[in-house]
Amino acid sequence: MLFRLAWRNIWRNKRRTAITAASILFAVLFATFMESIQKGAWDHMINSVVNYYYGYVQVHEKGYWDEQTIDKAFPLADSLKQLEEKVPEIRKVLPRIESFALASTGEHTSGVMVVGIDPARENAMTNLQGRISNGKYLEDSEEAALVAEGVAENLGLSVGDTIVLISQGYHGVNAAGKYPIKGTVNFGSPELNKQMVYLTLPVAQYFYGATGLVTSLALQLDEQDDIRPVLRALHTELDTSAYEVMDWKDMLPDLVEAKTVDSAGNVIVYFILYLIIAFGIFGTILMMSKEREYEFGVLISVGMHRWQLGLTVWMEIIMLGLLGAFAGILASIPLVYYFYVNPLRFSGDYAAAMEKFGFEAIFPANFEAHIFLLQALLVFIITAILALYPLVKVRRLKPVEAMRA
Amino acid sequence: MKVITTKGVVKIYNPDKIPVKALNGVDLEITEGEFTAIVGPSGSGKTTLLNVIGGLDRPDEGDVEVGGHDIDAMSDNQLIDFRKEHIGFVFQAYNLIPVLTARENVEFVMLLQNRPKKERRERAEELLRAVGLEDKMDKRPSELSGGQQQRVAVARALAPKPDFILADEPTANLDSKSTANLLDIMARLNEEEKITFVFSTHDQRVIDRARRVVTLVDGKVATDEVREGKV
Repeated sequence: MLFRLAWRNIWRNKRRTAITAASILFAVLFATFMESIQKGAWDHMINSVVNYYYGYVQVHEKGYWDEQTIDKAFPLADSLKQLEEKVPEIRKVLPRIESFALASTGEHTSGVMVVGIDPARENAMTNLQGRISNGKYLEDSEEAALVAEGVAENLGLSVGDTIVLISQGYHGVNAAGKYPIKGTVNFGSPELNKQMVYLTLPVAQYFYGATGLVTSLALQLDEQDDIRPVLRALHTELDTSAYEVMDWKDMLPDLVEAKTVDSAGNVIVYFILYLIIAFGIFGTILMMSKEREYEFGVLISVGMHRWQLGLTVWMEIIMLGLLGAFAGILASIPLVYYFYVNPLRFSGDYAAAMEKFGFEAIFPANFEAHIFLLQALLVFIITAILALYPLVKVRRLKPVEAMRA
Repeated sequence: MKVITTKGVVKIYNPDKIPVKALNGVDLEITEGEFTAIVGPSGSGKTTLLNVIGGLDRPDEGDVEVGGHDIDAMSDNQLIDFRKEHIGFVFQAYNLIPVLTARENVEFVMLLQNRPKKERRERAEELLRAVGLEDKMDKRPSELSGGQQQRVAVARALAPKPDFILADEPTANLDSKSTANLLDIMARLNEEEKITFVFSTHDQRVIDRARRVVTLVDGKVATDEVREGKV
């Protein structure tokens, strides 16, 4: 009967019910939208940075990341090449050999990073070919170089010219070579733009005197969620005393910190949002409690215990909370989906500033069920806590005064 | 048998600010089967006396015994249970639960008493028939007239088989026909089933039918008249 009473009370004043449910609905809608845009923007940013070069996971020889030297190169054994067959979440293994060199032409010299790549695999993950601004992309084993636009500009080079590279190779070998420039590539990031030079893997290995060796394996995964199972699998498949396995968070601590700082800032924004939400819902609960004081007095007079009355009112608000939260999820789905398919795109100075740091000024919404459920749950919990107010009110209620009001 | 005894009951409102003595030493005894009207001008303490007798309010001084129980000694929860089992209330504004039908309203107090469903239903129907509402059992209060709502309220008050019924201005919002109808029903219940009724009222139509009329003036019993042959 108490449940029936609560259920019917909800529909007794349809306008009040609509206002309360709507305040909960909009609370869920706003919170979900904010969270999905924020998470979507970060995911997009991380994906851009990670897929730009690093990959979600890399394998190196033990100790390479702390002391990034060509001497820590390791043989590209068959077992490493076969990782993409052994671990289903790994889409591609990208072998690289990387070190620093001096690049020169005529009287100009510049420090560069010379990276040996498998052109097809590299392109599959980083879309390097799509960044060609002049000339053409590398082909397998070709004796040619791709240079970043900044490098080309510093050295006064263009497609068809020759770049001379000098470095210290594997275990002190003299490394020297000259390569025709087949293309120039443009990176949004100024850091990459002024130092990247790409050779094909066998050519770079020969240049560094490190035939058959690589300094890193970047692993292309389908999605971020695959990182954990891949790390688990690699710790089983690989000899961890010989290799180090790092995910993007280990390799890009600055990005992780930026995300943490941003999330911390958002805690305040969310706090304010939830506070506004809470006040909105509380207002309607307060109004409802005040409006029904007389009725509460009557019910206690005729023999209803305070806890029974409190439970009835609490159930009413809980049902309203569920109704509002569910409606909030339903209302959020099309809105978030729209911004998932049609991301917010910024232009002008803001976009230019972001692009300078290698980020596209695109903010897609994250369309994942857990965001909807989490926000609906949070708003529901707020409602359930606020629903305790009528209980306090009922506990203190004096029937005679309530009926006199 | 005495069902209600008050001795020197004093009730003061606003004791810390501007004290108002609503009851100023009320001594009263009500015996089983009475049909008593408590009358008096506005502010004489009629409703306060009913509230004190009904355990809705506590006296500042004096004793209130209901069915041999000192209700002032009871805790808040004990009082709620006591009211539920021993006292039926009829209010001026009917005070039915708007979302429940007439039958469910009557069943409600029995539900609070944990009576079996079958018993609740049978008694609710029996009482609604007794107040002439057999064809309105499934109507909600908003679908009933004022007189019909007050008859449902009487049926609700009778449902838990209380020792007596306290009715605060039960006819104040009713027209003549509904008042006469309601009084007929209550008089019949009083005569046939020996149910004790205590009213507070201004209404001459109620006063005319009371067997006993207690007049309160300034919170005291001014006159107490027992009349033969009424009701």
